[in-house]
Amino acid sequence: MIHAYTFDGTNIVFDVNSNQVHVVDEPSFNLIKDYETLAVNELKAKYGPVYGTAVVEEILEEIAELKDKGLLFSADPLAGGITLPEREPMVKALCLHLAHDCNLRCRYCFAGQGDFGGDRGLMPADVGRKALDLLLAASGSRRHVEVDFFGGEPLLNRPVMLELVDYGQVKAREAGKEIKFTLTTNTLLFDLDLQRFVGENNLAVVLSIDGRPGVHDRMRPTPAGKGSYGRVAERVVQFINSPYVGEHYVRGTFTRHNLDFSEDVRHLAELGCRKISVEPVVAGAGTDYALRDEDVPEIMLEYEKLTRFILENHQNGNPIDFFHFNVELEEGPCLAKRLTGCSAGLEYLAVSPQGDLYPCHQFVGRDEYKMGTVFNGAVDKKTAYLFAKAHIYNKNACKNCWAKFNCSGGCHANALAFNNSLLEPYRLGCILARKRLECALYLKVMLNKSYT
Amino acid sequence: MGKHIKTLSGRTLQESMRKGGCGECRTSCQSACKTSCTVGNQACENRNNK
Ligand code: SF4
Ligand code: SF4
Repeated sequence: MIHAYTFDGTNIVFDVNSNQVHVVDEPSFNLIKDYETLAVNELKAKYGPVYGTAVVEEILEEIAELKDKGLLFSADPLAGGITLPEREPMVKALCLHLAHDCNLRCRYCFAGQGDFGGDRGLMPADVGRKALDLLLAASGSRRHVEVDFFGGEPLLNRPVMLELVDYGQVKAREAGKEIKFTLTTNTLLFDLDLQRFVGENNLAVVLSIDGRPGVHDRMRPTPAGKGSYGRVAERVVQFINSPYVGEHYVRGTFTRHNLDFSEDVRHLAELGCRKISVEPVVAGAGTDYALRDEDVPEIMLEYEKLTRFILENHQNGNPIDFFHFNVELEEGPCLAKRLTGCSAGLEYLAVSPQGDLYPCHQFVGRDEYKMGTVFNGAVDKKTAYLFAKAHIYNKNACKNCWAKFNCSGGCHANALAFNNSLLEPYRLGCILARKRLECALYLKVMLNKSYT
Repeated sequence: MGKHIKTLSGRTLQESMRKGGCGECRTSCQSACKTSCTVGNQACENRNNK
């Protein structure tokens, strides 16, 4: 399977099964597109008169050579599909919901504006410690484990977070493991002391800001209905210029109200942000801000605009790392990792403030998906197996999709929300995922020294 | 490198299969976003895989 497309005059042929990217001239582009449907003599007859017989023969030779090497029209790495054995989930990442409460009232919050449809609660330290014990035990032989402090707003439960970092580091050391913490925050409580703490303890940070003031304030008001942009932007700028800044992303959400979201990325870049993620809102059709099918053409053009902006910045020596345009070709993940992507319900679980386990943060509070508690330490195998089976070889849409080994099957929570099936991905999400991959591969080509 | 077709060098999925599966890589929803994930953007943690 291949995917052939042109971006600003550059012809790109992506070989899906080998994950190789080829940049081709126009004659090759056309020949490759017809290669699987026309015989060699037909190709010669069709393109010989247009490009000259010698050129067509040269190209056919190059194609044959790449094919031989398994770099073009390569075979499915797992022809015939794959059946994964039912096994004990090996958990290596936890999302700790430190607080089901928030000091903002973001309109699109999937957490029901902080309370996940339940009580506004804080996770007691004891639950957090038990969760970390479970992670260190359930990760088996794996050395790297991850913990994300999430909410609501996790900094509403600051003392517990501080305690858990300390506890986790000690326990991980004892177990011979490396633990990596990430804090996702709306920044309002991210004061200088916390910034120092984050720097000294090497926490990764995700800071939420949507972009331009009007865009941000419309979707991220305070409980009193006021805008939060001013305070948030100040914090973001303070942190990214502080000596404590390490691994981080400044992230925002775009909705139907800012389909021109490349302007928001530009705004964040102007604030000095260099590691940016701005991503599509996921919301039910009943809201005024949900993305609609009719918005797709505009979003596609916007991603192209954004691609040019990112490229310009790279070429001017001021690179921006846009999260969704990163694609790793040289040292990318292995095939096993690409089958199920986020590995929610298998390797990644979320923990509610009360200590209940769920497949991921999007499932917290949904009883039918509860997978146990941190207190008994056992993770429900049945649910895990449901998620294990939801891999790209079992989803019809993914089987025939050229993006499958990079997208890895999309988001389970979205598939359920929109199609009520783990095996049927959210169509609009797919369209955007494929577009982003086109942009990402194009950037990869343009920033590769041998092509520019 | 061909005259008409230029290939960006990268690890093929077939190669990754032979040595991969160690599971030391990061889970994806952790890195930046919490509502959508991409996997292809991650680096393999296992330096011996190459
Ligand atoms: S874009 Fe959609 S169809 Fe393609 S792999 Fe991802 S989830 Fe599957
Ligand atoms: S199911 Fe969706 S929201 Fe949950 S971890 Fe996976 S990609 Fe993220």
